[in-house]
Amino acid sequence: MASLKQLCKKPELFSKGHRACAGCGESLAVRQVLLAADQPIVTVMPTGCLEIFSSIYPHSAWQVPMIHTAFETSASTASGVETAYRFHKKMGRMKEDVKFIAFGGDGGTYDIGFQALSGAVERRHKFLYVCTDNEGYMNTGIQRSSATPMGAHTTTSPAGTKIPGKKQHRKDIMEIMIAHDLAYAGQTTVALWNDLVTKVQKALAADGPTFLNVLVPCPLGWQYPGDRTIEVSRLAADTCFWPVYEFDNGRYKINHLPKEKLAVEEFLKPQGRFRHLFTHPEGKDVIAEIQRHIDAKWALLQKKAEVLG
Amino acid sequence: MADLKSWKELPCGAIIEDMKAVLDNKTGAWRSMRPVWSEEKCINCLVCWVYCPEASIKVEDGKMTGIDLDYCKGCGICAAVCPKKVHAIDMVKEEK
Repeated sequence: MASLKQLCKKPELFSKGHRACAGCGESLAVRQVLLAADQPIVTVMPTGCLEIFSSIYPHSAWQVPMIHTAFETSASTASGVETAYRFHKKMGRMKEDVKFIAFGGDGGTYDIGFQALSGAVERRHKFLYVCTDNEGYMNTGIQRSSATPMGAHTTTSPAGTKIPGKKQHRKDIMEIMIAHDLAYAGQTTVALWNDLVTKVQKALAADGPTFLNVLVPCPLGWQYPGDRTIEVSRLAADTCFWPVYEFDNGRYKINHLPKEKLAVEEFLKPQGRFRHLFTHPEGKDVIAEIQRHIDAKWALLQKKAEVLG
Repeated sequence: MADLKSWKELPCGAIIEDMKAVLDNKTGAWRSMRPVWSEEKCINCLVCWVYCPEASIKVEDGKMTGIDLDYCKGCGICAAVCPKKVHAIDMVKEEK
């Protein structure tokens, strides 16, 4: 448990002056992750929104060492750097205890960077991988990714007379990563800053590869006014659309139990990308299917927390 | 264009040597709405500080001291997360 009074004394490692949209959830997530981490840390970041807004040459918002790498290679670059560090330490050339954090958007994690991530975790490199999941390829103009939820309008799953937005459910990356038997995996969102900070600290303390999946609302792609970022993020957790839980050494734990589990409409309504669901002839069925999927996943998760808690 | 460096003068691997250069980029110019903070009403809960994507809430010794308008983009998150009973931040239209 961290307190804001303690956190605000730490140096700001993700500097102001970056070029993210007003109200960007991703820049907020990165700032919160770096606030939680203790130096020395080395970060790796692939192409994506994060690269474009934080490190346009000759500017860099990163006040820690950061390596920019190709879209698919965030995890493999981190594993290389971590291996070099272990070698130097073994040879007695380095004394410090350095932590490694690799970032990736949902495109760079769920789709393009997945095999690099899977390989790095299998090789048991000691690093934290943070996926800042905004549910689409927002940087290139809001295309669907395998993290885009059912019913969402994107430029490659456009809502219209033929289809009511994306037709498939999202990929469950958490369960895929847990299947790798990693040391720690957590899912959280920016509105729950305390949960996020705690999870980053737990992950960095763990011995082995760790994974954190952070939901970061995107005002541009999700089509809502920028001041509602925190509200939308909280609604995702309270509707159980985005279950906040962790997998710590074989044990499942739910970290955020909503006081009252809200209907998914509460999360869909503020967002323009789901607007058509309330007028489209197939919209009602799609919302019912989204709700059914959420309920089934939530029930399964509760069961896992009960049995493997 | 005269002061641009040639490729031979640039550091290898596009290393950025001046980490503070990003501060030249005054993103406050983007703003259309401006946050106005009331020091009397503020209870220093720092919720706005932790949710500011721009790190533009100025805090000293655990107390809020103002908003850095050089970088604040005017997203309005601070006003939205300020506790309703406190209501220490108002968004007003930016006028030139």
